[in-house]
Amino acid sequence: MSLISGSNAITQFLSLAAAQPTIAKNQFGLGGSGDAITQILSLLTYVFFIVLIFYGQRIQMYVMIREVENSLHKLRFIKDEGRKNAIEAIKEIGKPTTDPSARVDRYLEYFTIGPQGMDPAGIVYKLDHILDVRDTRLKDEVKLMAPASDEIQVNNLENTLEAAMALNYIYKVVRHFYIQGKKTLSLYIIMQIQMILPMVMKEAEAYASALKAFAYGQPIGDGAGPLVAAKLMHGYEIRKLPKDCVMATVQIEGRSALIIKAEGPGGNVGKPGDAVEAVIEENEGKIAMVIMVDAGLKLEGEKVGEVSEGIGAAIGGPGVDQYKIEEKLTKYHIPINAVIVKEDIGDAVSPMRKEINDAVDPVIERVKNVILERTKEGDKVIIVGVGNSIGVGQ
Amino acid sequence: MEKNHNQTSPATKKISTYLTMIILIVVVLSIVSIILAANAYLTSPSDVAPAAFLAVIGFVALAMSMFTLYQSRRQVAQMKIEVPKVMTTVECKCGSKNVREFQRGDYVYKDLDVLCQKCPNTRQMITAIYKEVKEKEKTYGV
Repeated sequence: MSLISGSNAITQFLSLAAAQPTIAKNQFGLGGSGDAITQILSLLTYVFFIVLIFYGQRIQMYVMIREVENSLHKLRFIKDEGRKNAIEAIKEIGKPTTDPSARVDRYLEYFTIGPQGMDPAGIVYKLDHILDVRDTRLKDEVKLMAPASDEIQVNNLENTLEAAMALNYIYKVVRHFYIQGKKTLSLYIIMQIQMILPMVMKEAEAYASALKAFAYGQPIGDGAGPLVAAKLMHGYEIRKLPKDCVMATVQIEGRSALIIKAEGPGGNVGKPGDAVEAVIEENEGKIAMVIMVDAGLKLEGEKVGEVSEGIGAAIGGPGVDQYKIEEKLTKYHIPINAVIVKEDIGDAVSPMRKEINDAVDPVIERVKNVILERTKEGDKVIIVGVGNSIGVGQ
Repeated sequence: MEKNHNQTSPATKKISTYLTMIILIVVVLSIVSIILAANAYLTSPSDVAPAAFLAVIGFVALAMSMFTLYQSRRQVAQMKIEVPKVMTTVECKCGSKNVREFQRGDYVYKDLDVLCQKCPNTRQMITAIYKEVKEKEKTYGV
């Protein structure tokens, strides 16, 4: 019954619309077919809203997946370039007799398992041991891949391969979240990676630009500390310290400054923790002050190459060296000061910017001021230039 | 020695097939819309509104799909690793300074075999290696 009356109403409406085209013209100003178009448009609007209500989240997820997919393509390109660059560098420098590609691929998949932390006592030394084993193993691999390379070139190639390794890992993690997001169609899985994607891409681009710098042996932004130390110790007698570090004794404002840095010009960060420990013990703890110079991450808005001063052990990495330094300083109650050169992650691993290079003199001025203000004549002061010594001699 | 050039690696040429398919569908629909607009105008030249409406939809859709295609091509073109130009500063004890492009084997505080032009008996030394970044960082008005 109702169906019949409904169809009657439609027939009535259609006949009215056909009989009175002038009304429609006046109402919409679009002519005879104007009202039909308006009806279609309003219908589309309703459909649009209904679709949004039910599928809004899914559409948002597809947009995110698409964004991650675009970045994943870029990451794959960067990763492949990294591998290609590493292989080219090995072939060029190391003159291998066989194709190193298979060995490089194996190297890129290496992993390190950290020590168990259920009983944290002594964990630092366990981690230190694992890192030593890793370092030795990776260096041996590079020597096998590039038999014609010398010690400096081995260090540079190792750094190149580590950058390629980092790119490979970043790509695999993003791909993992992408595939898992697509498999489960879960907004929250895909959101996790989409939210941090700009930072991940920035880091990947930084490593990409680091590849050539490492292969060529150019100084990188992280080398700000060793560059300061090199400027202070250049021309003085140098002796080796454990591990892969060098030291020179320099007179600054009537104080004996023991300058420490990782041995250059090969890509090497050394173990400043062991070096500082050794020097403090050699001097039976009679050190008036330790000053650490390092590259520090800047916040957005801060200028690259800005110099800043503070307190504490300015050293990154897994924390082993920081722990060792702090242990020794606490034992002998030695004050510690830090001077940092501000830069972002991209600047830290890519060829050194002019602003960072120009910051060396202001840093030395700051160090001298700290020494003058906080120590007496005849005191012994340790100055550590922390960072990668690639492209920086002594 | 090998010089370091400002080189860029070639980009991959591939654009997503999914995106290409969507663009293709939109282009086809916009062309259909434009044809319908022409047809509507030819059948009733006095009533231009429907023809204009269809034409606007067709041209807007066509422009949007072309813009999307251009954007995606630009994204593909951007996919390259920039290798910055790195400079080496060579100095002599007499104070003469020379800046040249980085060469493999250069490092800071390396004594060079090249003799100074002003004082021919003195060997020169590398005092700095750096890259210059030309673009100015945005401050966002704060």
